[in-house]
Amino acid sequence: MQELIQAVQNSQTFLSGLSEAALAIIFFVLFGLVFATVAAVCALVFVYLERKISAHMQDRLGPMEVNTGIPLLKNIGHGWAQTLADAFKLLLKEDIVPNAADRRLHLIAPFILFCAVIAAFSVMPFGEKLVVSDMNIGVFFVLAITSFSVIGVILAGWASNNKWSLLGGMRSAAQIVSYEIPSGLVVLVIVMQVGSLRFNDIVMAQAGGILHWHIFQFFPLNLIAFIISFLATLAEANRAPFDLPEAESELTAGFATEYSGFKWAIFYLSEYANMFLIGIFLSALFLGGWTSPFGSLFGGFFDKPGWQPVWIILKAVAIIFLQMWLRWTLPRLRVDQLMYTSWKVLTPFAFVTIFGVGLWMLF
Amino acid sequence: MSYFDLTFYVFAIGAVVSAGMMVFSRNLIYCAVGLLFALASIAGIYVLLGADFLAATQLLVYVGGILALLLFGIMLSVKFTGVELRTGTLQMLPGLIIVAGLFLLLLRMIYRAEWAVQTPGDMLPTTTTIGKRIMTDLLIPFEIASILLLIALIGAAYMARRERS
Repeated sequence: MQELIQAVQNSQTFLSGLSEAALAIIFFVLFGLVFATVAAVCALVFVYLERKISAHMQDRLGPMEVNTGIPLLKNIGHGWAQTLADAFKLLLKEDIVPNAADRRLHLIAPFILFCAVIAAFSVMPFGEKLVVSDMNIGVFFVLAITSFSVIGVILAGWASNNKWSLLGGMRSAAQIVSYEIPSGLVVLVIVMQVGSLRFNDIVMAQAGGILHWHIFQFFPLNLIAFIISFLATLAEANRAPFDLPEAESELTAGFATEYSGFKWAIFYLSEYANMFLIGIFLSALFLGGWTSPFGSLFGGFFDKPGWQPVWIILKAVAIIFLQMWLRWTLPRLRVDQLMYTSWKVLTPFAFVTIFGVGLWMLF
Repeated sequence: MSYFDLTFYVFAIGAVVSAGMMVFSRNLIYCAVGLLFALASIAGIYVLLGADFLAATQLLVYVGGILALLLFGIMLSVKFTGVELRTGTLQMLPGLIIVAGLFLLLLRMIYRAEWAVQTPGDMLPTTTTIGKRIMTDLLIPFEIASILLLIALIGAAYMARRERS
């Protein structure tokens, strides 16, 4: 950030006359806008994907009607504009706040959740140079900053003053706090092997093709670690089969019951941004990040820097597809099964992988 | 005003305002929200001082753990038992005297202390140093803290266990 500001000040553009503080504010706003826009576009694409994937898994068509509207080409496009239309509709809807709700907390809760997710994107490595802040404690920062999302969900549940919302918020808090433990522990497995918390160091340690990826090292310990990490992050994102906080058959929509219009859109946006975040995070940790799976094959063509964002986004989308696949295949867990999975299955196995990798590295 | 100063004032004002909200608000849930923003602002100041690991730990432990539990406790007691949790003002005079004394003591310490001055901006990696210090010079305090936490964990599990009748 500071180098960027100095570079702009030394350049001969119209911006060089501005003071350091003014430039800092401009860049803060600019980066924030870029991430918010990326999150919104991702959400649009992923919502469409989810609808189509769920439709195909359940042997139906999904949205087909909303296309460009050009005559002749009217029926081509598989309803690609459906999510655009939905987003537009959400922005125009009336924002309803219940009378008995705590107005201020009701307002800030979705934004706390959204900020927690967006802030974590600032350390995500989309390429060797394509990262806003390649900070020394990157992985740890992600774990820390995403813990804000619990607060957003609890506050949303409390402020709505609705029994379903409250139950949803409490379920979510219990769930996220429990699943933070295995998901934090398995990150240690990778950090131990690389000896660094910096994302680019972790990715660089996996360079050289698919066989160097962490998921295939220390077989099968890292594979188990990946599975634990995948399940725990799935639960932290409140996705099915761990979507008890918004179980629609019993809690209407859980903590989001009393939200409508733009604020509800923010919840939705955070969920899909969170899925994308998890995709990038897991692919950086286990699936080689922005390195290509081919290594030096094809004369190293796919290892050129221009391919880096392509690879990591492809891997992230693959993980998102896996998440959607699970959502439309598995039934929802019961509360006791949820706690059993976290404390009696994932956490002990996380310790086993840490211990096993530690022993393997020693001998 | 430089970039560093601007960031510092944003976090400093944030910390003071939210701490004030935490102390003066009557509704307990607002106190908890004030605490959230105060902790986050102080984590920002830690980062400016070059203690990035400490800042992230503060967020992880206080925001993700302790504050979530606090809110959980407030929610459980207010909404399910119907008890109104409100804070009031008691014992004005003794409180003021103690606070003034503490303030003077802190002020004296701040002016007397020899601060380690460092130019802002150059962040050095801290994790390696912290790891090495914990495993060498500070090993005994580290182990004692671990055993203490383990005892607390076992004790909590024992107390929370349902009695079999």
